[in-house]
Amino acid sequence: MQTAVPIPHNVSYLDYKGKYKGIFGWIFSTDHKRIALLYLFSMMTLFLIGVALGLAMKLELIAPGRTIMGPQSYNALFTVHGVIMIFMIVIPGLPAVFGNFMLPIMIGAKDVAFPKLNLLSWYVYITGALLVIASVLFGNGIPDTGWTFYAPYSFRTGTNLLPAIFGAFVLGFASILTGLNFIVTIHRMRAPGMTWFKMPLFPWALYGTAWIQLLATPVVGITLVLVALERIFGIGVFDPALGGDPVLYQHLFWIYSHPAVYVMILPAMGAISEIIPTFSQKHIFGYKAIIASTLAIAFVGYFVWGHHMFTSGMSGTAQYTFSILTFIVAIPSAIKVFNWISTMHKGSINPDIPFLWAVSFIFVFMIGGFSGLVLGALATNVYVHDTAFVVAHFHFIVFGGVGFAFFGAIHYWYPKMFGRMYDKAWAKIGWAFFFVGFLTLYSPMFYLGMMGMPRRYYDYLPEFHAANILSTLGSWVMAFGLIIIIINLFRSAKNGAIAPMNPWNGKTLEWTVPSPPPVENFDEIPVYGEKDGPYVY
Amino acid sequence: MEQIIQHSEAHYDPEGAKLGMWLFIFTELLLFGGLFIVYSIYRFRNPEAFRLGGEELNLTIGAINTIILLVSSMTIAMSTSALQLKNKRLTIVLITITLLLATVFLINKYFEWGLKIKHGIYPGSAHMLNDFSQGEILFFGLYFVMTGLHALHIIIGMIVILAALYKVQKGTVNADRPSLLDNAGLYWHLVDLIWIFLFPLFYLIH
Amino acid sequence: MEKEKHHIVSYKFYFFILIALVTFTFMSIGITRINLGGYSVLGAMIFSVLKSLLVLTFFMHLKFDQPIIRIMVGFVCLVFFALIFITFLDYYYR
Repeated sequence: MQTAVPIPHNVSYLDYKGKYKGIFGWIFSTDHKRIALLYLFSMMTLFLIGVALGLAMKLELIAPGRTIMGPQSYNALFTVHGVIMIFMIVIPGLPAVFGNFMLPIMIGAKDVAFPKLNLLSWYVYITGALLVIASVLFGNGIPDTGWTFYAPYSFRTGTNLLPAIFGAFVLGFASILTGLNFIVTIHRMRAPGMTWFKMPLFPWALYGTAWIQLLATPVVGITLVLVALERIFGIGVFDPALGGDPVLYQHLFWIYSHPAVYVMILPAMGAISEIIPTFSQKHIFGYKAIIASTLAIAFVGYFVWGHHMFTSGMSGTAQYTFSILTFIVAIPSAIKVFNWISTMHKGSINPDIPFLWAVSFIFVFMIGGFSGLVLGALATNVYVHDTAFVVAHFHFIVFGGVGFAFFGAIHYWYPKMFGRMYDKAWAKIGWAFFFVGFLTLYSPMFYLGMMGMPRRYYDYLPEFHAANILSTLGSWVMAFGLIIIIINLFRSAKNGAIAPMNPWNGKTLEWTVPSPPPVENFDEIPVYGEKDGPYVY
Repeated sequence: MEQIIQHSEAHYDPEGAKLGMWLFIFTELLLFGGLFIVYSIYRFRNPEAFRLGGEELNLTIGAINTIILLVSSMTIAMSTSALQLKNKRLTIVLITITLLLATVFLINKYFEWGLKIKHGIYPGSAHMLNDFSQGEILFFGLYFVMTGLHALHIIIGMIVILAALYKVQKGTVNADRPSLLDNAGLYWHLVDLIWIFLFPLFYLIH
Repeated sequence: MEKEKHHIVSYKFYFFILIALVTFTFMSIGITRINLGGYSVLGAMIFSVLKSLLVLTFFMHLKFDQPIIRIMVGFVCLVFFALIFITFLDYYYR
C-alpha cells in the first residue's frame, strides 16, 4: 500500500500538481473546483453553439418567407437549439458550475460526499453532449421534432432521432448523479455547528433542486426509452393505431419537464439570494421564508405539469386542477422577490457588477413570471398557446432568470475562483448591451404572440414584419454584449488585478478562504458558534 | 498535520454511502414508476383486453419466480448479518445462493419469453397486429418492456453483488467496512420490490 | 460521528419474514381468484403493499435506521401516488 502524499495547504487548486500531468491533471481530477471549471468550459462552448443556432433562427425570421433557410432546416435548428440550451446549459447550469465549486466551501467541507462520482457526472455529461452532436452530424437528417419529442411524430420522423434521445437520457443521468451527490453532501458534511438553519441560501437552493433532479429526471428517462422502443419495436404505448395515447406521452414528458424548470430557476434564485445581502451589506430579509418558499416551489412544482397541455384534449377537471396549482406555485416566487427587495431597503447598496445583474434579474424574471400567469389561466392560454407569446415567456423566465443569475454569479464569485478581478468598466458595458439587447429581442414576441404569430414556424404573415425586424436587431445587440462579457472574463483571468480574499465584504464561508482557494479549501474545518451564521452584518 | 491524506480516501462514511444508495433507489422507483403510470392508464382503458392478456401468461412460472426472488432477498439479508457476526464462510455461501437464485430467475424468464416469441407474441409481430385487440397489444408491449427492464436490473444487481462477493473474499469488505455488501443488498431488495408489484399486475388478472 | 451498531438481525427472524412474504404471495393468488370486478386490482395490490412493507422495514433495515430515511421513503411514495392520482384526473374525467 503506497504512502499517501499530504496535499500542501499553500498551493491554490489552479496551481496544484498532483499525480497527473498537464491536461490529465484536470480531466482526471476529483477536486470539486476543477470539475466545476471543466463544466464551465464545456458548457460555454456548447452555449455558444446554441447561441449561434438562435441567431441563425432570428436571421431567418427577419423577413417573411424564406430568408436563409427552408422549413425543414428551421425545424432542425429550433430542435437542436432547444436540446442544447435545455439539457446541456440551463438544467445543469448553476449546480454544475457554482454548486460544484461553492457548495463544499460554503458549508465548510473539503469536497463533496462522492468526489469520484462527481467526476463521473462530468464524463456522463460529455458523453450525452457528444451523442446529441452525433445526431446532428451523422444519419438521415437532423432531428426536427422540437426538444419536446412529441409522439406520434417522434416515432414517425425519418430523421436521426435515436442518438438525440439517447443523448438526452444520458444527460439526465448526469443530472441525477449530481443531485444525489449534493443531497448526501449537505446531509453529511456540514461543518460542526452549521445547523440546517445556519446554512446559506445557495446550498439550500441546491438541496431543493437536487431532490427535483433525483425524483423527476427518471420519469423523462423512461419516457425517452419508450419513444426509442416505439421507434424500434412498435410497442404501441404512444401510437394511436395500436391503442396508445399521444397525450400520455405529453403527461410523462411534462411530469419531468415542468419540475425541470424549477431545477433551472431555484439555484439561480439561490445565487441572487447570496448577491443581494452582500451588495446591500445587510442580513437577508426573511431567511426562513426564503427556505420555505424554495421547498414549496420544489414540491408544488411537481404537480403543475398539465399547464403545458391545456389544449391537448385533457379532461376539464384536469385543466382547472392544473390551472389552480399553477397559480399557487407562483406565490412562493413572489415571496422571494418581496424578500430580496426588502433586503435592499435601507441597506448600504454597492451598485457593482453583480448587483446590476441581480437587479436586472428581478426585472426580467418578474416580466417572465407575470406572463406565466397569462399562460396559466385557461381562458387566455387557449388564445396564446403555441404562439410567440410562449417563446417570449420562457426566454424571459429561463434565459432572463438562469442567464442573468449565471452572469451575476460568475461576476460575483470570479475573484474567488480565479484570484483576479475583471475589468469593471467593460463588464458594465457588456451588461448594458446584453440587457438592452435582451429586452429588444424578446419583448416584441409578446406582442407578436398576442397578434397571432405561431411559434416554430419559419415564416409569418406580412403584418408581423416590423416587430420581427426589431427582435432580430435585438439579438445582434445582445450577442454583442455577450462577446464583450466573455472576452472581458477571459482576459482578466490572465491580466486582471490580483483579487483580495473578500472583495465584496461577503459574510459566507467562501470569503474566508484565499482567492483562489487551496486544494482542500480549509486549513482547519471551521466551527460555527452560537452567534455565527450567514449574512451577519 | 501529518494525517492529511488524499481526500478520496479521507473518510469512510457508511451512513453517507447508505444514504447515497437509498437516493439511487428512489430514482429507480420513479423510473419504474413511469411504467406503472402507463400500465395503470391502459389497464383502466382496456380492462377486458388486459384480463385476456393476463390469462395468456403462466401463473406457475410467475409464482415460482416470485418465491425465488423473495428467498434471494432473505439470503442476502442474512449475509449482512453473517458479515457482522464475522462469519466469512457463511457470508460467502449466502451471497452465492443469492446469485444462483437470480440466475434461475433469469433462466425462467428466458424460457417464458422464448415461449411467447415462438407463439408470435412479441412487440411488432404480425400475429399480434393481425389478431390481437389494441388493449392486448398494449398489454404485451408493457409486459415485455417492464419485465425486460426488470431483468436488466437483475443483471445489474448481480454484478454489484458479485463485486461485493469478491471484496468479501478478499477481506476488504468486513464487519468494520460492510457498506458495499449492505448497499448491494439494498439494491437487490429494490429489484425484489419491483417484482412484488409486477407479479400481480401481469399474472393475477382474472 | 456515530458508529451505527444497529442490532444484528438473527437468521431466524429473517426466515420468519420470508414465511410471511410467501404466505402473502399465496393469499394474493387466492384473492384474485374471487371475482371482485373493478376491485380485483385493489385485492392484489393490498398484498403487494404488505409484502413491500415487510421488505422495506426488515430486509432493508428501515426499522433499525435513522428516521430520516423512513421520512424520505414516505415522501417519495407520496409524490409518486400524487403523480398517478393527478394523471387519472385527466383519464377518469374524459
